[in-house]
Amino acid sequence: MTDAAHPIPHAITEHKRFGFTHYMICLKGILVREGLRYLNQRERFISSLVRPLLWLFIFAAGFRQVLGVSIIPPYQTYVLYEVYITPGLCGMILLFSGMQSSLSMVYDREMGNMRTLLVSPFPRWFLLVSKLLAGVAVSLIQVYVFLAIAWFWDVKAPFIGYLMILPALFLAGLMLGALGMFLSSMIKQLENFAGIMNFVIFPMYFASSALYPLWRVQEASPLLYKICLLNPFTYAVELVRFAFYGQIEWTSLAVVAAFTLIFLGGAIIAYDPSRGLIIRKQDTGGNS
Amino acid sequence: MNINAGRNVAARHETPPVPALELMSVSHSYAARKALDNVSFAIQPGRFAVLLGLNGAGKTTLFSLVSHLFATGSGEIRVFGYDISRKPGDALRRLGIVFQARTLDLDLTVRQNLSYHAALHGIGARETRRRIEALLESIDMGDRLNDKARSLSGGQMRRVEIIRALLHRPSLLLLDEATVGLDVNSRATILADIRKLVQEEGISVLWATHLIDEVNDADQVIVLDKGRLMADGGVANLIEATGAGTISEAFARLTGSPPPPLPEGQP
Repeated sequence: MTDAAHPIPHAITEHKRFGFTHYMICLKGILVREGLRYLNQRERFISSLVRPLLWLFIFAAGFRQVLGVSIIPPYQTYVLYEVYITPGLCGMILLFSGMQSSLSMVYDREMGNMRTLLVSPFPRWFLLVSKLLAGVAVSLIQVYVFLAIAWFWDVKAPFIGYLMILPALFLAGLMLGALGMFLSSMIKQLENFAGIMNFVIFPMYFASSALYPLWRVQEASPLLYKICLLNPFTYAVELVRFAFYGQIEWTSLAVVAAFTLIFLGGAIIAYDPSRGLIIRKQDTGGNS
Repeated sequence: MNINAGRNVAARHETPPVPALELMSVSHSYAARKALDNVSFAIQPGRFAVLLGLNGAGKTTLFSLVSHLFATGSGEIRVFGYDISRKPGDALRRLGIVFQARTLDLDLTVRQNLSYHAALHGIGARETRRRIEALLESIDMGDRLNDKARSLSGGQMRRVEIIRALLHRPSLLLLDEATVGLDVNSRATILADIRKLVQEEGISVLWATHLIDEVNDADQVIVLDKGRLMADGGVANLIEATGAGTISEAFARLTGSPPPPLPEGQP
């Protein structure tokens, strides 16, 4: 059956091509939205700070005597254990924040909000990178608030260190956020997210140089040492640790940059409707 | 709703226009289950088309393909001539979409939800403000601008979602079961608003529903059943071709199922 032409006049809007300004408007919109969501979830802000502060105030104080740290780069003298684990705790904030973003993406997908983003006419990779940047911006604020509190606990770095860690934190945050984004594409339901805690966050955190120097790990378990060396989180922590003292650890920089590209590439492919994992999960949110 | 205020109207076609939406032999499967099977139809600009089908007919899959949430594995989908697979950006700019599931962020205000959408379409802050205020005023919701989305009723949320879909001035509006779960008054208001858009602004609409009473005599009706296109045409054509007395009967004959249900609250 076909139908005759309809008499109603119609209008078609003429669209100019998107330019740089449009892209920046889109990026700003995503940043603002993530910021607003963060402000609306005060408990998320508090828990993101309480976690590392507990480690700093209780764990580090308790283990100060047990886990002595020898003079290893970038330190030029003996340092308190609190000082040693601070870069690791910064990494912990970034790690949890990256996974929190992933959780929020799964939640958005379940609730349908994700579709608002994915049907934007901007390229999918740009939307995902913008979302990633928004997540990193939020986690950087958390790290600096944590460092401000730690400063009063007498955990202090040279002033230049607080500036130098910014790009290091940014890159590490990108890597962990991209990992979270990639993982979010593989999780169909929010309930499955608990697996991320057990199989990603805890192994990444504990099998790294965040809590103890690698030479100590090597003494205790050569196998664990090798695992730590394979763990990209180790390099994220070391990148931040060296940056605290105005130094660049080139190996860590290269590894973190490489893994950022790998995870981000994976996330972009996973969210690509023609190639991604989402399509295989039948995630329409509708009836059929 | 006047979505055309200040817009650059580029074309009023004299010759046969490019279809607002065109599906050519589109199929889609979820593993072994075929959700859409060789579906082809076209909607001309300025038409109100009803995509009629029971739950599970493939309406939402079709929407996911048209809105590029899923890739078109087999066949071709064009929005005003733009292939959704090859030029998704150009196609999506011309599309306004209201999904079946609520997609407002409940923790954000109405303004924040709408501003977010505008940003995702590259619309600047001043223009966004102007459009939001004008559109909300047109549905008498100007006073709810700074209210959290979760404080709105189901009907109000749906109307905000429709406003949101119109914010970037699309030429084709897709609505997937937009009135599901709403009371009779809200349904009637929303349907009337959308029909007014077609009449006054010339916007094209694809309205997916399983409620037969939402079909008007002048509408193009596309019937889907178990992923297959059963009919595509005007109401009169459809009734005549099936030898039925009403559109409800025609639908039942085409799909081999009992007539679709009337909405709650209606005899």
